[in-house]
Amino acid sequence: MHNKTIAELAKGLADGDFSSVELTRHFLGRIDALDSQYNSFITVTPEQALAQAKAADETRASGHAKALTGVPMAHKDIFCTNGVLTTCASKMLANFVAPYDATVVSNFNHAGMVSLGKTNMDEFAMGSSNENSYFGAVKNPWDLKAVPGGSSGGSAAAVAARLAPGATGTDTGGSIRQPAAFCGITGLKPTYGRVSRWGMVAYASSLDQGGPMARTAEDCALMLNEMAGFDPKDSTSLKKSVPDYTEGLDQPLSGLRIGLPKEYFGKELSAEMSDAIMASVKEFEKLGATIQEISLPNTMLAIPSYYIIAPAEASSNLSRFDGVRYGYRCENPENLEDLYKRSRGEGFGKEVQRRILVGTYALSEGYYDAYYRKAQRIRRLIQQDFLNAFNEVDLIMGPTTPTPAFDLGSNSDDPVQMYMEDIYTLAVNLAGLPGISVPAGQINGRPVGLQILAGHFKESQLLNAAHQFQKATNWHQLAPSSGE
Amino acid sequence: MALERSDVEKVAHLARLKIEDNDIPEYTRNLSSILELVNQMQSVDIEGTDPLAHPLDATQRLRHDEVTESNQREHFQQNAPATEAGLFLVPKVIE
Repeated sequence: MHNKTIAELAKGLADGDFSSVELTRHFLGRIDALDSQYNSFITVTPEQALAQAKAADETRASGHAKALTGVPMAHKDIFCTNGVLTTCASKMLANFVAPYDATVVSNFNHAGMVSLGKTNMDEFAMGSSNENSYFGAVKNPWDLKAVPGGSSGGSAAAVAARLAPGATGTDTGGSIRQPAAFCGITGLKPTYGRVSRWGMVAYASSLDQGGPMARTAEDCALMLNEMAGFDPKDSTSLKKSVPDYTEGLDQPLSGLRIGLPKEYFGKELSAEMSDAIMASVKEFEKLGATIQEISLPNTMLAIPSYYIIAPAEASSNLSRFDGVRYGYRCENPENLEDLYKRSRGEGFGKEVQRRILVGTYALSEGYYDAYYRKAQRIRRLIQQDFLNAFNEVDLIMGPTTPTPAFDLGSNSDDPVQMYMEDIYTLAVNLAGLPGISVPAGQINGRPVGLQILAGHFKESQLLNAAHQFQKATNWHQLAPSSGE
Repeated sequence: MALERSDVEKVAHLARLKIEDNDIPEYTRNLSSILELVNQMQSVDIEGTDPLAHPLDATQRLRHDEVTESNQREHFQQNAPATEAGLFLVPKVIE
């Protein structure tokens, strides 16, 4: 059962091949048996999952089942889940039981989906390797010596290892697409404002966006149907109707114009990676698309702009963790200032502290114009590059990452080197565009991801292209042997 | 741009973050290299380019001034480290 996609599981449930309780037991059994080698879950919620599964079976028996009723999934531990531990992989929130559901979580509950538990991640979503978790690093199911990527590394590893058919992720600078690439699954970052951020612990509010992670583009479309939509509780949510994302999946790609940014194929990209991506691009050509070179001249500026905007917003967002109302509090504080300082110093991990320090510096008196304001202006240049390109082409393609998954422990001493890993993904968040990563090859047994980008609110077009690619290739069907 | 130890101490105080003495040299190095990276921005000519705050240039919506939430103080305070009579407890502020 675990090798079936969400679409296949939904059909099996509808046809009465198995019940949601059987399905849920099966996945809980796999988590129990296999997750000790991956560490992809922080919290597993068997009782709640089985109660939801039983309710889903009853809904189906009464003839009220919806598209995904009874299909199990997992939530990144950044989404608030009522009555369930919501840690954000931080000591700061290690004891935090969310008193309400995030909009995304209640959307999936409303759809009748079953939540298996909460997946591991980089602390407060800050990282590209999932090594910055208070609950320990996650291992890549394809190679246990490799990182799964981050920050949604637990979700990616759980889906790749068939411990969950789908999972939620969040993407601030690549945190859905990069782990999806490293773990050989499909991950979609929607347009900024498409999916509600309410109840999703905030990292960088002008960049954060939740999205689906699953094995196929079709499954991502099914999940996005439930996730997306205007939410009055999120002040940056956009009032725009939600199409049925599965509707356009089977459109032919003839006449589709694909742009390859020359800046994405520079010397930092290995020949093997470049070959894998170009072979995938050829598949699109066979499907009737035309390929042309384009230029995104400000690509390299995405890194400095992002590494001001994200830490600045993080330093402001994370000021709420003060040891007073919820979260970690230090022992025996001498006075209020000592309570704040030690609770935060002891509660936050190193990468989070680094980003708070950078952000605080960038926003401090005398530096605001030179850093934050300047970064926001460069952000517009970067967005303009994309908008210009989308006058000439429908989709932009390139590698999701410069290399396949790197080894655990290989990068963590040097934050700047780690930040460079995000070169292809960061600019997409700065511009607020939707992007998807699809499995597109393997190098030495480690998956390669192809990133596809489209204009604002063109998720349907991305999913259509990804689905057609997956009908022509089988990279997304490969399963890691560690999950057998 | 190389930061001094005192810069890091000052920023840590502004952020109300207690950092360990033996971590300060590493943070000073890390922050200096991050600032060196972001200083690539300084040579870019952005005259006449407006800052971009929301990727779709949306403005903040205002809602009607109506009560929408019910009082759930006890429920929310279950996560608090210390409370008394519905109040959050902190160390004595006024002598």
